[in-house]
Amino acid sequence: MIALLMRDLRLAVRAGGGFGLGLAFFLIVVVLVPFGVGPESGLLSRIAPGVLWIGALLACLLSLDRIFALDWEDGSLDLLATAPVPLEGIVSMKALAHWLTTGLPLVLAAPALGVLLSLPQEGYVWLVASLAVGTPALSVIGTFGAALTVGIKRGGLLLSLLVLPLYVPTLIFGAEVARRGAEGFEVMTPLLMLGGITFGTLALLPFASAAVLRINLR
Amino acid sequence: MSIWQYANPKKFMDTTGPLLPWIGGASLLCIVTGLVWGFFFTPDDYRQGSTVKIIYLHVPSALMAINAWFMMLVASLIWLIRRHHVSALAAKAAAPVGATMTVIALLTGAIWGQPMWGTWWAWDPRLTSFLVLFLFYLGYMALWGAIENDDTAADLTSILCLVGSVFAVLSRYAVNFWNQGLHQGASLSLDKEENVADVFYYPLLVSIAGFVLLFIFLVFLGTHTEIRARRMRALLARERMV
Repeated sequence: MIALLMRDLRLAVRAGGGFGLGLAFFLIVVVLVPFGVGPESGLLSRIAPGVLWIGALLACLLSLDRIFALDWEDGSLDLLATAPVPLEGIVSMKALAHWLTTGLPLVLAAPALGVLLSLPQEGYVWLVASLAVGTPALSVIGTFGAALTVGIKRGGLLLSLLVLPLYVPTLIFGAEVARRGAEGFEVMTPLLMLGGITFGTLALLPFASAAVLRINLR
Repeated sequence: MSIWQYANPKKFMDTTGPLLPWIGGASLLCIVTGLVWGFFFTPDDYRQGSTVKIIYLHVPSALMAINAWFMMLVASLIWLIRRHHVSALAAKAAAPVGATMTVIALLTGAIWGQPMWGTWWAWDPRLTSFLVLFLFYLGYMALWGAIENDDTAADLTSILCLVGSVFAVLSRYAVNFWNQGLHQGASLSLDKEENVADVFYYPLLVSIAGFVLLFIFLVFLGTHTEIRARRMRALLARERMV
């Protein structure tokens, strides 16, 4: 499983893996927002937590179809499925690799982009905390969506349609943590709910993803 | 005798086929009675005026929008556990009906909300979770449409339905947390005292019965269509072999 993780990380980081693409997309979304709503800093600082969360979510979505598509095309997914490791473990490792290459860079880049949106001083800690807690859930849910659509040609659009409604609870609680943090309110309740969602999806969704993959590989 | 014998497509077709016109007729009768009774023979509400009468469309459709998803969930489970094709096809047939009910509930809600709340739309928990439910229906139908192999499609959509149900419930509570709403709480229930006056209540019940029957009718009809389409494809494939 470690070997699989390292392999996925190497494939993602080396040329053609699209490692930086999600990050660049995140940057562009955040930069486009002031062009859309105007540069007034009061307004920007009020919507900054939500914009950063939506940007992170979209950037995450963008790279989902890469999780299984390449392995599916060259047949290595069949090999992995017949390997002695349980498919649930493989799916979890894929999700982890996706989080390390997409989610983690987003978490680290978010404060820098918060400056662009004049996020209030108190908001940074909670923005990073909410993203750090919430983005693993995004990766795991996205892995489920990617497993569902792996056999479909040009499934990218379908993937978004399937995954985005599943992202709703994560987005609500994540953005709520960041917003409350920025306005200096109490954040524990939404943060705990967000953690609950993350751990719940981590524990349960790999089984669904593995079941779906088995059906697709049949 | 058990319910599972109706999982045989032929048995299912033979039993429900002759029933179809009766269910359809009863549904039409109930809806027409409920709506005419409700629209023309009940008094106006003293605060809401005649706008209250949209309740005869809004409540039954909202009820069926949720129950349709619930029925799909049960049918998906039956398919996953016992592999009865009729069950998978019934779930497939229910999805567009449920999605339409959701749209009707959202539209009538907007039309009702405009004069009462002064706005077509508010990000109220109930409204928002219905919108999310509608998105789930869309995704479910799109996945059915995208996969060519029937059994694979049935399997994948069933699992999506299971996972989607969990997330639909989760979204319901998440939006509750997120925003307190304009929409009132439940007015109808089986065990509590009703909040709806009897004059409005009886036509509403008739109308709800009509919508339930309509749903059953449409699901049966859709399932029949799917079974016939499959038979036709099988026949065509056999012909090509010869």
